[in-house]
Formats: sequence, structure tokens, C-alpha cells
Amino acid sequence: MVTVRTTLLAALVAFSSSPLAAQSEIRLTGAGATFPYPIYSKWVLEYTKTRPHIEINYQSIGSGGGIRQFMDRTVDFGATDGPMADSQIAAVRGNVLHIPTVLGAVVPVYFLEGVSQQLRFTPELLSGIFLGQITNWNDSRIAAANPGVTLPNRDIVVVHRSDGSGTTYVWTDYLSKVSPEWLRRVGRSTSVSWPVGLGGRGNEGVASTVRRTPGAIGYVELVYAVQNRIAYGLVRNRSGQFVNATLASTTAAAAGAMATIPASTDFRISITDPAAADAYPIASFTWILLPREATDATRARALLEFLWWATHEGQRFATELGYAALPARVVELVEQRLRTVSAGGRPVLPAGYGGRAARRG
Amino acid sequence: MTSAPAAPPREARPRASGEWQALRGVSRGDVVYRVVLTALALILPALLLIIAGELVVGAWPAIRQFGAGFLTRSVWDPVVGDFGALPLIVGTLYTSLVAMVIAVPLALGVAIFLTEFAPRWLRRPVATLVELLAAVPSVIYGLWGVFVLLPVLRDGLWPMLRPALSWLPFFRGAFYGPSVLAAGVILSIMVLPYIAAVSREVLLAVPASQREGALALGATRWETVWTVILPYGRAGIVGAVILGLGRALGETMAVTMLIGNRHEISLSLIEPGYTIAAAIANEFAEAATDIHLSALVYIALVLFGLSVLINAIARWLIWRVARGSAAGSSAL
Repeated sequence: MVTVRTTLLAALVAFSSSPLAAQSEIRLTGAGATFPYPIYSKWVLEYTKTRPHIEINYQSIGSGGGIRQFMDRTVDFGATDGPMADSQIAAVRGNVLHIPTVLGAVVPVYFLEGVSQQLRFTPELLSGIFLGQITNWNDSRIAAANPGVTLPNRDIVVVHRSDGSGTTYVWTDYLSKVSPEWLRRVGRSTSVSWPVGLGGRGNEGVASTVRRTPGAIGYVELVYAVQNRIAYGLVRNRSGQFVNATLASTTAAAAGAMATIPASTDFRISITDPAAADAYPIASFTWILLPREATDATRARALLEFLWWATHEGQRFATELGYAALPARVVELVEQRLRTVSAGGRPVLPAGYGGRAARRG
Repeated sequence: MTSAPAAPPREARPRASGEWQALRGVSRGDVVYRVVLTALALILPALLLIIAGELVVGAWPAIRQFGAGFLTRSVWDPVVGDFGALPLIVGTLYTSLVAMVIAVPLALGVAIFLTEFAPRWLRRPVATLVELLAAVPSVIYGLWGVFVLLPVLRDGLWPMLRPALSWLPFFRGAFYGPSVLAAGVILSIMVLPYIAAVSREVLLAVPASQREGALALGATRWETVWTVILPYGRAGIVGAVILGLGRALGETMAVTMLIGNRHEISLSLIEPGYTIAAAIANEFAEAATDIHLSALVYIALVLFGLSVLINAIARWLIWRVARGSAAGSSAL
């Protein structure tokens, strides 16, 4: 109901101020990350259902492509799983906002015949395995973290993404935080120089290799592991708890990380390895990129209203599709950021925009 | 463009230039026709040059930073922005070599069987079925490879062959499935229809008189094939093999699904590797930095150069073997 009323109000306001703008079609284009594509297309579908004059076209071409197209201004908004680098932000003269939309988690998946319990991984185990220092499943270090589990004498086959990917960014960002050696030898990026292992193309490439190779371990998006029923392990977080990756524990990771982040953040923050007790440690935002100073007020307004809706009412579609919703504190900050967008020196959103809807939604 | 559209009759007396003009420009339509055709014919070579130029421009930052050392170094680290393409080049050539070693004898066997030995009613259906292999999309080959070929190789064939082969340097290491061998086998299946179909056409073009002559001299059918028919069509067969090789070098999707995508040089067939086309497909969309992107364009340029080189060698080979007997070279 609230949505409908807000829409009507918005339409009325728009109509009274500039009748032509309200009638004419607005076409927004965006491009970028593949990970949030299902939720973005759901949002577009739901949002434009009640607003037939708006058309939003999102192409999932990958985060790198999203950033490049955004920098070239060939799209209205970009989308990325990894934040823009400082040099990239300097190249657009700082004219960019990172707006987090949903959260994703990355889980270690494995295939071990005869092991039915959910394995437990410590940060040291994960970095040791992916650095190629722990090479057999019967290693005493794995056994120590998994009391009561009989581990087979089998080579560990590491499987990683061969294509550049935000998933890899989150995974290597986590390993860089928990292992100084990983940071020194490998580092964090959408594609890295892997010390060991086989490369699979896409989540499905990693998953199918893991599922067909006894002794394999890899990493995929939580959504993907759940939908395809692949065994994934618990990961020990900074406060010493072994946490199962769920939508709730992913949202908790963001909430935990935000506790120490100042309100003025530009959201280019890593939320891996947070301190909160119930947080799953390998999680990340996915962002939409939009210009801070828009050239066309009407189009900017349409985009901001869509993002406002997506980060409020739209969040309920997130869980259905396996994404973790933003914690309340983040939504609050997102509202502040969206209000700062201006066109021709004047704010795009009116001062009281979304006041009631935000509080109820 | 070497021969004029209308050659004058030989016995004609020399004409004044005005008369020539009148003859050549019989109608305005001819002129337009020629200009349009010339333009169309020049579009493709121009496109080739534009592609090469674009590649050089895109690769320029990487060429300046890494120079020729790019071709001989093995590091590929997007995090620090240091790139070398040797494992990719070796992997590309190695998988193609494996594919050709498997595919060429098979394809020639198919072609010889279909033209010389098969009963007439069997020829058309088998030829059609072999050619149908070329119609299967490469991602389907990739999927088939993941679901059927890898398990068969790893769990079926390898345990049997391991005791006999593991001493060879080509079969060192642990076999997890995705490997140069798997990629080579899938490539061989993919290029087989091209080689088989073209070779078959070439062998069909061998005149019956050649066969009859050999048989009349008392050759067995095997000797006829080996000493008369194959040598007669060798130029065309070399062309068929090069056509297959070209396809193997550039194949992307099926290879990346089966090769393991590992930036390392290994002589072992059962270890993972990487190819140029696979690396470009994998990393292009998410290349994080400009130098990463430029390095990818640089390897694309290398692949382009490799293809040109191989085609040049093929031309030269055909030119050499075609002297004397030219049957089938028309099939190119």
C-alpha cells in the first residue's frame, strides 16, 4: 500500500512540476556484475510493473566491464562486486557513489566420499590449503579442527575460478586478511596468480569440477552452493566461533563490520573477517555505481527512486533469491548518500523524499 | 584483378585509345558493377588490417612495458601487474599438437574408407554423420567432456594405462581430470570432421584413371591408396590438416572447460595447462587494471600472429607439394 501511495504521490509531484517529463518514457541502462544479476532483474521486473513509463535495462557483463562502462559514461549506472580503485575514482574526478544493494557470502565447498559431517575450517586451514602447504585430507591440522571426523588419506585438489570474478575478490580478500603469507605471495584481486590448483570457469565450472573430483575443495557463492546442494564447510570467525554461512549470518557480518565504520564512509569497505560473534567471515557487499553529480535531473531522479525502492521495499525479494539483506544501519547511510546526488548544483531528491516510506518499510 | 574483364581477340589489329575507351566502357552498368565488386573484395582484407591495427594499439601499453620478454616469461600475476605468455603459447601449441596427432590419422582413415573401401550404400550416411560433428556447438563438446570424457579418462582408462605409461615424462604427476590430454582429445573430435570432409573431397577428385592404372599394374588396393591416391591428393590433404589446426588453435569454450586453466608449463599430458584463447575468454570481462587488459590484447595479438604464421607455412607447404601434382588444391 505504502509503495502505491508513494508512487502516486511521486507521479503527482512530477506531473505538476513538469508534465512532459512524467509522460515521456525514461530508459535507464546499467551494466556490470553477474553475481547480483538475478536480484537486479527481479527488482527491475517488480519495479517497472507499477511504473510503465520507466524502462531499466541491466546487462551482466562482469564487474570489470561494469566499472569501465561506468567510467566511460556509456551507462546510467554500473554494478560491481569489488569497489573501484582509487586510481579509477581519480579518473572520474571523484564523481561516483558506491551504493551497496545486497550481500553475498562465499563458502568453501568440497567433495569427500564417506564424510557426512559438515567440515570445519579455520582461517589457517583455508590459507594453508590454498597456498598448497596442506596437501592431504588426513593432515593433522585438519583433524585438529574436526574432532570425531574420519578423514580419508586423499590428495587435496584445489579448485579456483579461472575467470576474473568478484567471488575471487572476496575469497582472496579474506585470505589476505587472515594470512600475512597469502597477502605477501598472492594478494587480493578479481583474478590472482594461484599457488596451486585447477581453474574452473564460473561458479558452475568450480562446482562441477569439485563435485566430480574426489578430494577437491573450491569456493563458490553461497546461493550457488545452496541451490545445487553442494557440501560446504563451517568457517571459524574472528571471535572463535565456527559459523555456518546463512543469509542471517551474512547480514550479521555486515552489521558487525559497520559497527566500526564511520558514518561518512564511501562504502568501499571490506566486511570480511569482522569481529561480531555470529558473523560469517567471508561476505561482501555488491555495489551499484552512479555519478554524484548527474547531468540530467530527470533521469537521475528516476535512478535514485529505483535505488531507494531497491534498498527498502526491494530487500524482501533478496532473501527469496538467496541474497542477504542489508542491515538497517547500512540502509540508513544509503538514504543519506542518495540524498547527496545533485544535478546542476541542486539536489535531485526533494528534501522530504521517502520519509514515511522509509520508516515503515 | 590481373586479367581484364574482356580480353581483345588476338587477331584484332591495334586500336586507337579512343576505341579502347569505347570498348571498355560498353555501359555505365559495367563500371558500377566493377567498382562495387572491387569495394566488396577489398572490405575483408581491410578488416584484417583494421583488426591487426586495433590489436597493436590495445596491446601497446603491455608491449612497451614487457617487450618481447612477454613471450618468454611464465609469470601471470594480475595483482602486481606482471605478465608473461609463455605457458599460454606452449599450452596452445601443445593441445593443438595432441589434437592433430589423434585427429589426422583418424580423419584420413575415415576419408580413405569412405572413398575407396566403403560399400556404396554406406558412404553417404557415414559422411553426413561425420560432418554433423562439425555442427555441434563447442559448449556442448565442453559439457560432454566434463560429464563423460573426464570420468572415462580418469576412472576408466587411466587406472589401466598407469602402470604401463607412468614412467614416461608425458604421464608424470597426478591425474585429476582437467588436463592437456582431455583438452587435446576434445579438440581432436572437434577438428576431425573438417579434416575428414575436406580430405574426402580431395580423394574424390582423384581421377578414376589413376586408380585403374595402379590396379592394372598389379597394385593391391592398399598399395593403390598409399602410392597413388594419397600422393596425388597430398596438397589438398595438407590444406585439410591446416584447416583443422587453425580451428584447434582458436577453440575456446570446450578447451577452457577441460584444460584446468593453470598458468604453468608441463610436459605431462595429464597435468592442467592453459591456452591463449581460453585465457582471453576467462579474464577479459573482469580484467581489473589497464595493464591486465593490455596484456590480454597482447596475447590476442600473439595468437593472431601465430595463426598468420601457420597459414603462411601451410601456403608454402602446399606450394611445395603441389608442384607436379595439383589435384585437390582446388579444394582449398
